[in-house]
Amino acid sequence: MTAVNPTSTPSLFARMIDTGAHQKLLAFASLVLLLIGFSIASPNFMQTSNMIAILQATSVNGVLAVAATLVIITGGIDLSVGTLMTFCAVIAGVVLTNLGMPLPVGVVAAIGTGALCGLCSGTFVAKMKIPPFIATLGMMLILKGLSLVISGTRPIYFNDTPGFDQISRGSLIGEIFPALPIPNGVLILFIVALAASYVLGRTVLGRYTFALGSNEEAVRLSGVNTDFWKMAVYSLAGGICGIAGILIASRLNSAQPALGLGYELEAIAAVVIGGTSLSGGRGTVLGTLIGALIMAVLTNGLRVLSVAQEWQTVVTGAIIILAVYADMVRRRKA
Amino acid sequence: MTDLVRMTGIDKRFPGVHALKNVSFDLAGGEVHALMGENGAGKSTLMKILSGIYPKDGGEILVNGREAELDGPRAAQDLGIGIIHQELSLMNDLTVAQNIFIGREPRLRFGRLDETALNAQAVEIFKSMNLNLDPKTVVGELTIARQQMVEIAKALSYRSRVLIMDEPTAALNDAEIAELFTIIRRLKADGVGIIYISHKMDELKQIADRVTVMRDGAYVGTVGAAETPVSSIISMMVGREVTNEAAEIPDLSQAETLLEVRGLNRGREIRDVSFSVRKGEILGFAGLMGAGRTEVARAIFGADPRDGGEIRVHGKPCTISQPSDAVKAGIGYLSEDRKHFGLATGMDVRTNIALASLDRFSGSLGVLKEEDMRRTAQDYIGKLDIRTPSDRQEVRLLSGGNQQKVVIAKWLYRDCDILIFDEPTRGIDVGAKSEIHKLLKNLAKEGRAVIVISSELPEVMRLSHRIAVMCEGRLTGILPGGEQTSQEDIMHLATLRAPSMQPEGYQQ
Repeated sequence: MTAVNPTSTPSLFARMIDTGAHQKLLAFASLVLLLIGFSIASPNFMQTSNMIAILQATSVNGVLAVAATLVIITGGIDLSVGTLMTFCAVIAGVVLTNLGMPLPVGVVAAIGTGALCGLCSGTFVAKMKIPPFIATLGMMLILKGLSLVISGTRPIYFNDTPGFDQISRGSLIGEIFPALPIPNGVLILFIVALAASYVLGRTVLGRYTFALGSNEEAVRLSGVNTDFWKMAVYSLAGGICGIAGILIASRLNSAQPALGLGYELEAIAAVVIGGTSLSGGRGTVLGTLIGALIMAVLTNGLRVLSVAQEWQTVVTGAIIILAVYADMVRRRKA
Repeated sequence: MTDLVRMTGIDKRFPGVHALKNVSFDLAGGEVHALMGENGAGKSTLMKILSGIYPKDGGEILVNGREAELDGPRAAQDLGIGIIHQELSLMNDLTVAQNIFIGREPRLRFGRLDETALNAQAVEIFKSMNLNLDPKTVVGELTIARQQMVEIAKALSYRSRVLIMDEPTAALNDAEIAELFTIIRRLKADGVGIIYISHKMDELKQIADRVTVMRDGAYVGTVGAAETPVSSIISMMVGREVTNEAAEIPDLSQAETLLEVRGLNRGREIRDVSFSVRKGEILGFAGLMGAGRTEVARAIFGADPRDGGEIRVHGKPCTISQPSDAVKAGIGYLSEDRKHFGLATGMDVRTNIALASLDRFSGSLGVLKEEDMRRTAQDYIGKLDIRTPSDRQEVRLLSGGNQQKVVIAKWLYRDCDILIFDEPTRGIDVGAKSEIHKLLKNLAKEGRAVIVISSELPEVMRLSHRIAVMCEGRLTGILPGGEQTSQEDIMHLATLRAPSMQPEGYQQ
């Protein structure tokens, strides 16, 4: 593998086209093109403060997209990531503000709630054999409703918990390197992404995530308890949504119970743009990160260029269709 | 010496079917024991019981002389029984090594995987098979033959002493088959017992030690592979008494040729198939599973692409690239899977009959003329004797035979001169079967060209004026219908590997 004869191997580019890296390459190239394009179009775009704004905007969507990636690789879909995020934020609000518990308890409660809700979705899908689309659609509505019920439809503020807003808005990196005031929220996104990448690539859970999406029946006939592992994947995804809940609550310094709907679609869009196949079996967290960045750059860049909000949405939709079409073309050739 | 496996008095019922009746089978170490029989004879069911996929309803299984409780694939694996399914069950997106050890990955602490050990163990197994394969290759990129090798490696990784291969050569070419046989011989020398399911006679002669034949879910007999002539194995397979209703063959020498197919080709599935059907003729297609009959039908109908071949309808060349072209040319295809491809089962009889011809029932604004549809539906319900309480009955509530009649009505109303029936009586009870047969005969008498694909030899023989036999994508011969052709003749062609000369009686 290491000593390849340069004359007999195709170029690096050709090999990337050949393998599944094609879509990721395509996504990465689009990201670079977008960055270059917006820089030329507007001098305000390539500013440190704007770059940081883009990263900050990516953090919550990125974490949700990582959660969605896990489920989508199993061949499922999770429509509840957005409202689950809000639900976890509301739970953190109840624990910290209403019950006055210390900060770590609130964080653990949020993540635990996420994992538990994920386990519920996983149970519906694996044990009750409800199609993932329906099971998580149901969860999406249940959680949206519960968030409103628990909070009494009013936002819960974290003014009594000092330091809560620093989870997302503070900058550990900025304290060490003042020139790089990267917010903690972005740091957390990268930690989550790295961890998820590791789980997918190096652990048993990750292996079964891909195997389930590739050929579930074959996995079952190999004597693997597929239901257990599927539920584990949904739980993990739920826990990650809990992290997203903390992030968004920290950024807004409040739990907004009405928020959350629509985030799931942005997350799925990022996953798809990043080259993860909706039919399961293939996908990478890196691709999803690039996908989430593309969405954020697009939104930011169009805003810098003063394009109306409505048109931003139109462009995003078109990008998703293009990305999936590129994936279909690649698959047909393969 | 005790047998590796001894199955006695195995019984299995599925709803409505007695799939296995008191079947016995045994396997010794270091032997290749072939299991043969026509489609539906129960071979695969028996093997699924042995590999723990289906529970048995009765009988006894001894493994290494001890009674075995095979309550799941895991239990069978633990007893050293590995199966390689007809449809390979691999995860295409994972690597070779990851596939082999799925469920038993070498682990580090905290659920982490030991990828290095994983690949090393895979290499170890390949070495024992004398196979040169990179464990890090993604399975989806391998050829079918190589994927088969991965399946064998997977089975061996369980330290299997019993290896079940269900039609392992169905998708392999000759060189690949030779490679497979080399590995089988090596395993055999190591004392592994191999159960080999196949339809191909010449393979049995090459690789098998003993042959057990099954028919209609029952055990027929076990014979030595070397000393038993192919013809006696075939007669053991078809054995059942042939019903004496041979088809009456009308003289069609003056009739117009409605459909002519020349040099139809697609990859390995369809190889140079040519035939023609005359007005008023019923052409039967016989062959074993995977012979390519359905593929031919779908290619003619434009449902699948084809690499080459000419299709002439009424003597005129006809470009058919999608089903709507075929329908325009007057070709109707009645799929073997009615529920998936033939009917909108949730809709009523009236809509289903009109479905292929809705343009005739729509007014200028696309509004449907329900009254015309009702009349048409009533008309066909009467003509074909479809038993339904009304034309508004949902099709899913009808019996299999009546559902089939609804599909036929749909194509008749579309004015199809050429009708291709793929397994027209599958899943239909005996009474309804003869009605469908009568209907097919009438369609031919009315001057349509009828093609019937059937896996049941008696059905083919009862209906066909001529019988086309396929094997592995080739048309191995066209036999005359009627009493002069026996089941043995057909089976002979259906198991013929290389294309033979045209047998006598081939008329064109």
